[in-house]
Amino acid sequence: MSRHRALLRNVVIGLEIHVQLLTRSKMFCGCSTQFGAPPNSQTCPVCLGLPGSLPVTNRRAIELGLRTALALHCDLGERSQFHRKNYYYPDIPKNYQISQYQYGVHPPLAVDGWMEIDIEGELRRMGIRRVHLEEDTGKLVHPEGADFSLVDYNRSGVPLMEVVTQPELRSPAEARVFLNALRQILQYAEVSIGRMEEGAMRCDANVSLRGPDGALGTRTEIKNLNSVRAVERALAFEAQRQAEVLAAGGVVVQETRHWDERLGVTFGSRGKEEAHDYRYFPEPDLAPIRVDAAWVRDVAGSLPEMPEARARRFAAAYGLGEYEAGLLVATKSPADFYEAAVAAHANPKAIANWQLGDVAAYLNEHALEIEDLRSRPEHLAALVRLIDDGTISGRIAKEVLAEMLAGGEEPETIVGRRGWVQISDEDALREAISAVIASHPGPVADVRSGKEKAIGFLVGQVMKRTRGKANPGVVNRLLKQALG
Amino acid sequence: MRITHEVVDHVARLSRLDLTDEERRLFLDQLNTILSYFAKLDTLDTEGVAPTAQALAGENVFRADIVTPSLPVEEALSMAPESRDGHFVVPAVFEPDDPERTR
Amino acid sequence: MRWLDEPYHRLRPRLGREVTLSELVDAALARIESREPKVRAFLAVTGDQARTQARAWSARLAAGEPAPPLLGMTMALKDNLCTRGIPTTCGSRMLARFVPPYDATVTARLAEAGAILVGKTNLDEFAMGSSTENSAFGPSHNPWDQAYAPGGSSGGSAVAVAAREAMAALGSDTGGSVRLPAALCGAVGLKPTYGRVSRYGLVAFASSLDQVGPITRDVTDCALVLNVIAGRDELDSTSAEASVPDFTRALAGGVAGLRIGLPAEFFGPGLDAAVKSSVLAAVRSLEAAGARVQDVSLPAVEYALPTYCLIACAEVSSNLARYDGVAYGHRAAGAKDLYTLCARTREEGFGAEAKRRIMLGTFALSAGHYEGFYRKAQQVRTLLRGDFERAFAEVDVIAGPVAPTPGFRLGEKTADPLQMYLIDTYTIPANLAGLPAISVPCGFAAGLPIGLQLIARAFDEATLLRAAFAVEQAVPPLPEPPL
Repeated sequence: MSRHRALLRNVVIGLEIHVQLLTRSKMFCGCSTQFGAPPNSQTCPVCLGLPGSLPVTNRRAIELGLRTALALHCDLGERSQFHRKNYYYPDIPKNYQISQYQYGVHPPLAVDGWMEIDIEGELRRMGIRRVHLEEDTGKLVHPEGADFSLVDYNRSGVPLMEVVTQPELRSPAEARVFLNALRQILQYAEVSIGRMEEGAMRCDANVSLRGPDGALGTRTEIKNLNSVRAVERALAFEAQRQAEVLAAGGVVVQETRHWDERLGVTFGSRGKEEAHDYRYFPEPDLAPIRVDAAWVRDVAGSLPEMPEARARRFAAAYGLGEYEAGLLVATKSPADFYEAAVAAHANPKAIANWQLGDVAAYLNEHALEIEDLRSRPEHLAALVRLIDDGTISGRIAKEVLAEMLAGGEEPETIVGRRGWVQISDEDALREAISAVIASHPGPVADVRSGKEKAIGFLVGQVMKRTRGKANPGVVNRLLKQALG
Repeated sequence: MRITHEVVDHVARLSRLDLTDEERRLFLDQLNTILSYFAKLDTLDTEGVAPTAQALAGENVFRADIVTPSLPVEEALSMAPESRDGHFVVPAVFEPDDPERTR
Repeated sequence: MRWLDEPYHRLRPRLGREVTLSELVDAALARIESREPKVRAFLAVTGDQARTQARAWSARLAAGEPAPPLLGMTMALKDNLCTRGIPTTCGSRMLARFVPPYDATVTARLAEAGAILVGKTNLDEFAMGSSTENSAFGPSHNPWDQAYAPGGSSGGSAVAVAAREAMAALGSDTGGSVRLPAALCGAVGLKPTYGRVSRYGLVAFASSLDQVGPITRDVTDCALVLNVIAGRDELDSTSAEASVPDFTRALAGGVAGLRIGLPAEFFGPGLDAAVKSSVLAAVRSLEAAGARVQDVSLPAVEYALPTYCLIACAEVSSNLARYDGVAYGHRAAGAKDLYTLCARTREEGFGAEAKRRIMLGTFALSAGHYEGFYRKAQQVRTLLRGDFERAFAEVDVIAGPVAPTPGFRLGEKTADPLQMYLIDTYTIPANLAGLPAISVPCGFAAGLPIGLQLIARAFDEATLLRAAFAVEQAVPPLPEPPL
């Protein structure tokens, strides 16, 4: 058993992530990439592989590949070329897939990059082996009990980007952290919606165990994992399985395995695996791609700040904690929202609290994204400004915010309509304070005998009497004077 | 280089050709004749010569990311040997990841 | 009928005055009907569409539209060029009932230019062959002697033009498939520079070599058709941006000062004596017209045929993979699993030559053989391009034969694939280097025409056509074929 545990400490994981790109049209033809259309309604001679049709590369797809490559610090090959990967399956209509697989001297779009991830507080650099582009396949559906299957080519030819890591991840948890960080970068770079759950990212995972002598063991590949959780669970199961096999004196067979989400196990293909012979050769129908310095400059110039850097800047420039900054940059739109709000009213701390608190709770409760809100960042800024200049209290602000988020009105309008302007007039407040002192002799005695905390209760009572409109700071001061 | 029946069978399988026995025999002979003719290339020194994949290729030929009309579904399916419910029909694929499947 | 016995450019000024569009089309269809039993150029005759097109153009002209450049040119298209709503079979059982939902770019450009499609022509299956004998629908016959092969693979197109069934035709040329049948049938056949003409809608054989080209009665008609089909097409990534001049303008410029190269490699021991003397006589006539003739050397030509076979077979093994019985085309009956469906469909759908080349190409690309075969062939291709570059530093046009012999009988070479491949020895180099090349009739031996091949620099079809025009002026015209 100790050998088993020792093996598990030496897990080696590499990931191949297929990413759907945010293009309107397919990789090599003008058919729409939109999801949910009726079967085979988004096809044409090119993506049906009809005789005589020819592919023409979508420039936007190449640019999204370049954006990713730059965000992942890759080397851009000066000249790359699509290749044909030849194999027979009814979901690829040409029976070859146009891809950029690296073989021999032929480079893919980009190679040798890295990405920094935070593993329990330690920043680690994970190697990226390559980034390349290819076309998606169609979809095969097997109706229950039928002796036939159905083919839908709507997905055929949709642009896919493959990101391949070096085998440098050391645990299933690290794989999870890596995938989350990659997703964040892809969203930031506006390359992909990046949600695995919606099929915008799919993952194949390679796993092997390093032996006591340091040599890499035989690896297995788990195919088509479609959630971050599935990746972590499948890897944990597979590493454990390999460790058990080895500990029992067996050998790990190099094979492709599949993940059964329901049973929580990986299983091998039942049939004999045919040795793959993809017969790659350069795609003669497409011109080579040359990425010159000017193009790289253009793409680099259009890339937004990446999340790690942004979080560091938020912490430094806005005096936020690392945790708060991290939460704010987790996805791009909320971070953009935050910065726009801070630009409109310079109280970054308070705006962060409101956005991460009440706003986040509202979004969560209504299952909305921040860009779905009718409220603009300027509205949140205005709300905080109203607090800061004493117009409304924090308690009133909560109510204003709720109304603002629901209706999209400006906070000043809500405050005005509701008559929620805060009472700071000392004469008006003294009246309420006298009444509270008269009706709460107990707490009053407590305060007088030095129990400072009891004053909070009395402030609360004054707030209640004024239906929240009293300026709590002023009330506090006046109460102390009166009881002083 | 001489190829064997096993090689012919392997290549026929890779090519998805269900050859007859007569074709297997014929192709074995013919492919060997042709391959021995190809051996002529071995006499030519190409050390360090860059390969030409396309005689006169331009570079960076792209299209803009613009959606153009697709074929009407009926037209796409009109060419199909068999179709059903808006789909093309093939013999059943049972395996979650068929051994034939290589991606 | 006499309208049909002249080149289009001579008929054109009389069109509308002495003969109407509809009369012309009716005459062409009648001619096809009378000659087809002897020559079998067509797989389909599109009589109804042709008559409709003729009426439509008449109406457009009556409505004041300007006359398009190829108005009334009756046109035959090789049956590997897609025609919307009209079967496009590629001479294969695989696509016997395939009706494309779209037009090839050349199909559309010709229609827009006023050419009238009269039919789809026979070819070796998927353009693989040199005689049309690989057609699943039987061979075409050489109009000069029906026992002879018309050459291939665009045999039907060359026959249709030579037999005066169509005024012009398009073929495709991967290793000589336009030039060879043009030479053997006594027509003009041009393979344009790779990228000059869009391949969109040309059913692919070998994508890095394929090029669509015209087959016409004479060089002037060739230039007229090229004017229409040449030029960048957004649907073909390999179509070139090169500007398209009016190719008819340069024709009469003469050849004074033109430097013509004769590569020794084109006149070796394999060349028939009659062809050799006819070709050299044509070159001498150019010299007499002021051209300067010199020797050039293309040493890699010796390796061109195996290089071509490897590249073409590799590409075709991939290009023909799509014929699997799933979305279109032939499907084998009764298959219960995917592998069987695919393998049986392909076994039934393809003829022997297609299978042979698929096997060769699959083998050459397969693990362990890529470097020795495919990559090696690509390297030789580089050497060959270098040879041409050096030669074209010294000369403007390279001259040689199209075919090593004046022709061969149907059935003569079908048993030995390698002998059939060897016919393309002189035409293949221009495909490998992507260069424009033309076959122009230059003589006649034992009742069969002989073709002269001229090759020029990339995108210099103007010079090529000018030289070919000079040959046409210098050599005696061919008689009418004995039909």
